[in-house]
Amino acid sequence: MPKPTRGARLGGSPAHERLMLANLATSLFKHGKITTTEAKAKRVRPLAERMVTFAKRGDLHARRQVATVVRDKDVAYQLFAEIAPRFTNRPGGYTRIVKVGPRKGDNAPMAVIELVEELAEAPAPKRSARPAAAKTETAAALAPEEPAAEAAVEDTDADESKSE
Amino acid sequence: MAVPKRRMSRSNTRSRRSQWKTSAVATQPCPQCKSPKLPHAACGVCGTYNGRQVVEV
Repeated sequence: MPKPTRGARLGGSPAHERLMLANLATSLFKHGKITTTEAKAKRVRPLAERMVTFAKRGDLHARRQVATVVRDKDVAYQLFAEIAPRFTNRPGGYTRIVKVGPRKGDNAPMAVIELVEELAEAPAPKRSARPAAAKTETAAALAPEEPAAEAAVEDTDADESKSE
Repeated sequence: MAVPKRRMSRSNTRSRRSQWKTSAVATQPCPQCKSPKLPHAACGVCGTYNGRQVVEV
């Protein structure tokens, strides 16, 4: 008999649930810390920790398995290049959930889920690192998207300069 | 399906509703700023939990 999934069912369909959890995990790796409802935080934690474990392994198979969840190539690269090395000495438990009380509006219990090791400063623009990422990931698939990816990096640069 | 035979009097309705009670939210004093906070949650005033700054205030 299949073992039921722990925690709340989210969204209307299994596809919606997968998409929401994937998006939450991607946001978590992008920002290092996200605020969401307790139910979603509890559901995304095992997924996110599995992704970090894959990233620590770091081979091509792990990259492809992460790519099925984290569809954003920049975030996936950052996960392997920057987040995974911070957890080399930690055998699991990569995330922390702290409850922050009910949300105004619908009184939903909210929580902050964050990566345990702090992000070392705002992620630096890795213009030089991008080609290396393209090589390790599926180079053929990335080749036609190269100009778009460059534009995205430039956009994030502009955002960072605005926020500073 | 069971259905009521008679309309319920206002008195009976009100007697039943007299048992509807609210309870105060359980709080704990925050170890940092001493203001009341929800147990097992970050303090809403100073934003700390377990000595760590969790939310910006």
